[in-house]
Amino acid sequence: MKENVIIDLKNITKSFDGDLILDNINLYIRDKEFITLLGPSGCGKTTTLRIIAGFLEPDGGDVVFAGKVINKVPAHKRQVNTIFQRYALFPHLDVYENIAFGLRVMKKNEKQIKQKVEEMLALVNLRGFERRNIESLSGGQQQRVAIARALAVDPKVLLLDEPLGALDLKLRKDMQVELKSIQKRMGITFIYVTHDQEEALSMSDTIVVMDGGKIQQIGTPTDVYNEPKNAFVADFIGESNIVDGIMKKDRVVEFSGHVFDCLDGGFNENEAVDVVVRPEDVEVVAVGNGMLTGTVTSVTFKGVHYEIIVDIGGFLWMIQSTDVQNVGDRIGLKIDPDAIHIMKKSEYSGMFGDFSSYSEEFDELSDVNAGIDTEGEENE
Amino acid sequence: MSKSSSVSIGNQKTNLVPFSAWMVVFVLVPIALVVWFAFTGVDGFTFSNLKWIYVYKSTLWLSVKLAFIATVISLVLAYPIAYSMSRASEKVQRNATLFIMLPMWMNFLVRTYAWMTILEDTGLINSVLKAIFGADFQSLSLINNHGSVVLGMVYNYLPYMILPIYTALTKIDGSLLEAARDLGARGHQVLARVILPMSVPGIISGITMVFIPSISTFIISKILGGGKDYLVGDLIEDYFLGNSGVVNYNIGAALSLVIMILILIATFLMNHFDKDAKTNGGGVI
Amino acid sequence: MKTLLKIYNFLIVAFLYLPIFVILIFSFNSGTSRAKFEGFSLQWYQELFADELILRSLYYSVIIAVLSAVIATVIGTMAAVGINSLRGWKKSAFLSVNNIPVVNPEIVTAISMMILFVFVLSYFNGMEMGFGTLLIAHITFNIPYVVLSVLPKLRGMDQNIYHAALDLGCPPAKAFLKVVIPQIMPGIISGLIMAFTLSLDDFVISYFNSGASFQTLPITIYSMTKKPYSLKLNALSTLLFAVVLVLMLAVNIKKPKNKKAKS
Repeated sequence: MKENVIIDLKNITKSFDGDLILDNINLYIRDKEFITLLGPSGCGKTTTLRIIAGFLEPDGGDVVFAGKVINKVPAHKRQVNTIFQRYALFPHLDVYENIAFGLRVMKKNEKQIKQKVEEMLALVNLRGFERRNIESLSGGQQQRVAIARALAVDPKVLLLDEPLGALDLKLRKDMQVELKSIQKRMGITFIYVTHDQEEALSMSDTIVVMDGGKIQQIGTPTDVYNEPKNAFVADFIGESNIVDGIMKKDRVVEFSGHVFDCLDGGFNENEAVDVVVRPEDVEVVAVGNGMLTGTVTSVTFKGVHYEIIVDIGGFLWMIQSTDVQNVGDRIGLKIDPDAIHIMKKSEYSGMFGDFSSYSEEFDELSDVNAGIDTEGEENE
Repeated sequence: MSKSSSVSIGNQKTNLVPFSAWMVVFVLVPIALVVWFAFTGVDGFTFSNLKWIYVYKSTLWLSVKLAFIATVISLVLAYPIAYSMSRASEKVQRNATLFIMLPMWMNFLVRTYAWMTILEDTGLINSVLKAIFGADFQSLSLINNHGSVVLGMVYNYLPYMILPIYTALTKIDGSLLEAARDLGARGHQVLARVILPMSVPGIISGITMVFIPSISTFIISKILGGGKDYLVGDLIEDYFLGNSGVVNYNIGAALSLVIMILILIATFLMNHFDKDAKTNGGGVI
Repeated sequence: MKTLLKIYNFLIVAFLYLPIFVILIFSFNSGTSRAKFEGFSLQWYQELFADELILRSLYYSVIIAVLSAVIATVIGTMAAVGINSLRGWKKSAFLSVNNIPVVNPEIVTAISMMILFVFVLSYFNGMEMGFGTLLIAHITFNIPYVVLSVLPKLRGMDQNIYHAALDLGCPPAKAFLKVVIPQIMPGIISGLIMAFTLSLDDFVISYFNSGASFQTLPITIYSMTKKPYSLKLNALSTLLFAVVLVLMLAVNIKKPKNKKAKS
């Protein structure tokens, strides 16, 4: 299992001013892997990253890099480099000198520096920008300089702290593709921090879902999406209907007043469970042909599909369908066994009433209300 | 939060050592000495120095009164000019700031002396009046009174009132004023309900910056007040330097302590007022 | 209303500049009166340059100002970096102590240090107040202004810039020199200039903390105002004012150009 491990976090804990931010984090990261730490703000993802970078010291536990404990190794001696949230480019230096910064520290000669800087500029498509002032660059260009600057010193691991957060949507999509291809070409490990689940799903080899200072689930994007471990993961990643169910026996579950066949097993008889059904996995059929019956309460056109909210016994379900329905219609719903995912009850059970879709905007709003960003994501 | 426990810039302890040592030896210890001297005499600990506060109560009262009047006049004079500066173009603002600061670059003593030249019985104003009304004109007595001392204070410290108010006013977002108008507020309502409350921090620091040097001055009172032991600052000077023949650090220290306490009280009241104004100011709209 | 405000502003400016013009005009008086202009002459300027006392105290003033400003800038900049990394009550404690010389009336700061110096010097026979005490006093009131002008630059700086330098392999001291110092340079420079000018201009604190042997210009001016007033002082003030004016104009004209070059 544990081969090619480059970074191993063992029982990491960290608290700030008495608040536990990281609660016993155990995580190993393989060489050349694209791994994403995903979670809402305050979940501890940035703190984890800063511990790996050496800007924070863990209160407990070990950071192991290539087999050696590096807890006490200062940041400037670690073979990891960071892309900072707002890039942290040196405003008093031009593009060339920013990229050359690490090389100069390494005392490379001018010829080597020039060669490397040009190679990096080519890598990030910024040829001809050598003498440009940092402040004259757009956000996307600054981002590229930051990448070039970090990669110029040949790090073993690149840490990226919400690197695309400041860019607009279109640019973000382009940069996602580009980052992924840079990672493949350079063949180094990327540890990527984001709160954007879509970004995580589309870029990562492995996703680490975090909340409340704990790792909730580690897995491939498909695992995490299709087999969420608990209600939090199901809610945070993608849109989902999470309802209470009773496991009758292996491969039989009862919820919403109906007994369904499913593919999961290994629970106790009559164990209370959380049941997840993704909106795109529900089929709309005529009343009587489905397992459940409900009333349409709202219909929103989303382009590729309609988003239909259905009231089933007082619980609102979200369904995505290519066929339009009318508000007030009674419809039947058909759910196949492979569309049903059963999860053990957890501390998150019951927290997500009705259909739930994790809203970034809502997340940010609640941040504002909280006043302080518990994760302390730089520069407040 | 992460900043606090993050790797901070430089080594905080080393960086703070020279500063801490310096400030303890040359700021905190001297202030402790002032307190010490205020409560000691030839026979050790005593409250007897405090009786001089009573002896000089009229001087103390005059110092407070004149400093207060000078502060109020400065505030009234400063606000309109600070306001019009803050609404001017950026270039005008820059030049105006420079223009207001420039007089402070001429030596303080010489400037105050110039006022003596202007105000005295044979001075410029009286000369001009004589030239207009003939040699029989009875010279106006413009100097060596409370008024001339207040004038000296206002003159010297007015820029300290204008600049902080101006700075506070420039920080008010222009769209706020538009919003207030949009909501139906008229000119004077915008002023009273938006501009004034939002400039309170500037007003407060202006008041502090005028009141403190005014209450403790000894030069202005000497040059424009004429008499001796005019204000508490003059008393302190005399007791420390013995200009009137008596050196007594204990009395001087006691009087200094009184000034410090007065300023502490004033600062406390102001901060209190500032908080009130902020909550009220926010609630009005 | 607008015209009224304009007239008002003009009157305030006139009030601020009236004494300045009086000083300026009378510095060219051929007579000795402060109030009666008898004719144009440069005699006071000639006398000024012949006055050794004034020239010497100007020299002393500049020495004290340069030394105290440089020392205060070093201590103050280090302190600002230290204070910036503190949080909570520790930070407010340091800031409060820093503010004492700013908020305290000058005369209180002056006599408090005087007590200390008199007290300490009484243990060293024959030592008097002079260059040493004056320098210490000036450094003391300069430090807080340096701290207050560097601190906002540190606060406004992206802390990650420092982290980025470490990240790229710079040891902490080098990262500070190569990355942090360039960022906070404007604050350091303005702190230095402020300290220099405060020191040059200081009368009250110097008055209580300098001996007869070492007098700065403001003290000499004060002692000269006590004697029959000489228009030399007008000439001196006018010259100093002109120097400042030229410097300020130079800085002010240079500034907008810099901005353009940046953007």
